[in-house]
Amino acid sequence: MDLSLSEEQEMLRKAARDFLTDKCPKTLVKEMEEDEKGYSPQLWQEMAELGWLGLAFPEKYGGSEMQFLDLLILLEEMGRACLPGPFFCTVVLGGLPILDIGSEEQKQEYLPQIADGKAIFTLALTEPSGRYDAAAVEVKAVADGDDYVITGTKLFVPDAHIADCLLCVARTDEQAAPEDGITLFLVDGKSPGIGYTMLKTIASDKLCEVVFDQVRVPKKNILGQLNHGWREVQKIIERAAVAKCCEMVGGMQQVLEMTVDYAKERKQYDRPIGSFQVIQHYCAHMATDVDGSRFCTYQAAWMLSEGLPCTKEAAIAKAWTGDAYRRVLALSHQIHGAIGVTMDHDLHFYTARAQAAAATLGDADFYREIVAREAGL
Amino acid sequence: MDFRFTEEQEAFRSEVRSFLEEEIRNGSFEPHCDAWIIDYSPEFTRKVAQRGWIGLTWPKEYGGQGRSFVDRLILTEEMLRYGAPAACHWFADRQIGGGVLAHGTEEQKKELLPKIIKGEAYVGLGMSEPEAGSDLASLKTRAVKDGDDYIIDGQKMWTSGGKYMNYIYLVARTDPTVAKHRGISEFIIEKDLPGVTVVATIDITGSEAWNEVFLDSVRVPKKCLIGAENGGWRQLVTQLDYERSGMERLMGNYPLFEALMKFTKESKRNGESLSEDPLIRSRLAQLHIEFEVGRLHMYRVAMVMDQGRAPNVEAAMSKAYATAFEQRLATVAIEIMGLHGQLTAESKWAPARGLAPHSYLSCQGYSLQAGSSEVLRNIIAMRGLGLPSE
Repeated sequence: MDLSLSEEQEMLRKAARDFLTDKCPKTLVKEMEEDEKGYSPQLWQEMAELGWLGLAFPEKYGGSEMQFLDLLILLEEMGRACLPGPFFCTVVLGGLPILDIGSEEQKQEYLPQIADGKAIFTLALTEPSGRYDAAAVEVKAVADGDDYVITGTKLFVPDAHIADCLLCVARTDEQAAPEDGITLFLVDGKSPGIGYTMLKTIASDKLCEVVFDQVRVPKKNILGQLNHGWREVQKIIERAAVAKCCEMVGGMQQVLEMTVDYAKERKQYDRPIGSFQVIQHYCAHMATDVDGSRFCTYQAAWMLSEGLPCTKEAAIAKAWTGDAYRRVLALSHQIHGAIGVTMDHDLHFYTARAQAAAATLGDADFYREIVAREAGL
Repeated sequence: MDFRFTEEQEAFRSEVRSFLEEEIRNGSFEPHCDAWIIDYSPEFTRKVAQRGWIGLTWPKEYGGQGRSFVDRLILTEEMLRYGAPAACHWFADRQIGGGVLAHGTEEQKKELLPKIIKGEAYVGLGMSEPEAGSDLASLKTRAVKDGDDYIIDGQKMWTSGGKYMNYIYLVARTDPTVAKHRGISEFIIEKDLPGVTVVATIDITGSEAWNEVFLDSVRVPKKCLIGAENGGWRQLVTQLDYERSGMERLMGNYPLFEALMKFTKESKRNGESLSEDPLIRSRLAQLHIEFEVGRLHMYRVAMVMDQGRAPNVEAAMSKAYATAFEQRLATVAIEIMGLHGQLTAESKWAPARGLAPHSYLSCQGYSLQAGSSEVLRNIIAMRGLGLPSE
């Protein structure tokens, strides 16, 4: 057992932190919340040049052939910086599934585009029901000659408005059991019949409603196997949930540090508020939650990286970390006092993102049910 | 990063499990909550000793196995999972032997460590006093030098193992003229000395796990002093880190956890198992999540120790976390059992062998002993996060 990062991983963390501290100040985060695109194309190119977009891809697809674990270190730093933009959906929700189940041709076509920063990808999975089970997939794809025709509405699709390609999860067999009639399609984002509406969300994080109105997709754009896509979707959700935990761990760590610094500086009754035991104990609770979240997240991330089955561990990580992040923020707000609930202060960025992250890719209740099953209940 | 155990460690875990399962089959013990502190069996301790499982991490030259703290955590994890009656050797193995190793003379090491390792020295802990709880350094028990001896006078409270201990570890004031932290020394004395009186304290569960120890002009030879005279506080603080480092905080009532899972699967309500009720599933799943997170805290602590560092902030964190967990476990269990949850082991109607009410009562004390959760959070805040004291 070894919970620590390697020297190379620590170096990657430091490099990522330095870069994001410099290039992603909170002024940019704020600006991008109001920006229509929601990301900085220039910063996107710089990340591509650093090799971040293809970090976990093999060299032959333009990647750096590093481990999934290394990618998760980047995600942690991105969570710390509240990096706006389509990194998560392009790499975690788009690139890695293609690497997993794409045909050689698809990999050769799409992965270098992602690695070079030339294409933005996303996953169109959830629908108006807001659920993550197979039965919730109602968007239909019907075969028609050399194409499939997709019809229906997807909701909460990240960065769909700027996506060059959407991985669309659609029902291709309505007679089969819910898990058995689902297929993944690679859909050109500019296809006729796709309509995007931006959703106003708590974190202004560019989630979209995507309407597919008779959208034609060539059969060769099926990703993986016809009608057998649900197992892959579950894998995508599981991995992305752990990746989301990494973002949360990075955010929590930053919130803890901001709060402790504030408690050391802020004086009331002629002494730093951090000298009061009540405040100290709040901070201790926060530190315990941050460490616990980090351990269970790293455990699941490590298992994913090693290719080990980790349904239970991933579920534990997402259920625990989403809850813990919000506990950490509640205490942080209490310690920051009124300044923390203003737009002048940075804390609100984290407060909003914690809730968004806890809800996406399966919330705590969703994962508690998985843990119950895994525990033999 | 690597969350795997080595093959040797997995084999070791299996070996410990097989031993404990065999002991249960033989009727040598029945799994209980808090067995590590309440259930004592010199015979069981001797069997553990024969396998070399006491002093597992100590150097071979003193009869130990020179193994890692992760190995020891595996051993104790299994002892706790099976609710084994390990109280006789627990304290000496966990913290006293390490203290002797770190601060004792060669003579003390050669005398005490083999006795502990053979499962013959049972050491009770004499730290707290009526007026010295969290503020332990204000202790009043005095040890006064008299020729080649010390004369000890005072009173200890919450000393574990009154019925079986044959040694008492105690801290006493050896210099009352200096600041309170600077005049304290550590001793290990035999229990059966003139002037030592042990009186059991009946705790909230009705158990006699703790005791008052009255010391009335107890004469002990100088060789009972461990480490530097007046240097005991620093030694003690490190020992407390080790005391807090273990899995017993997370798994003290693990037999209840298993019994609760079984209970919810076997109990029917309207023809359905309780375990199919979404609310109950959710509560049990949350316990599993909290348990697994706690387990990672525990292994982090063992890793810190394997790096050769006392697990100060880390053990404070894991202990505060774990005692809160065991309190939630007891509460959830007793609530799910409803009216039956109040039935103690003697009742034929008691579910889960009456483990729930015992655990519900006993867990109230564990967030106090070995550093109250408040003291532990002070440590996390001040030493871990660098928050100021004033």
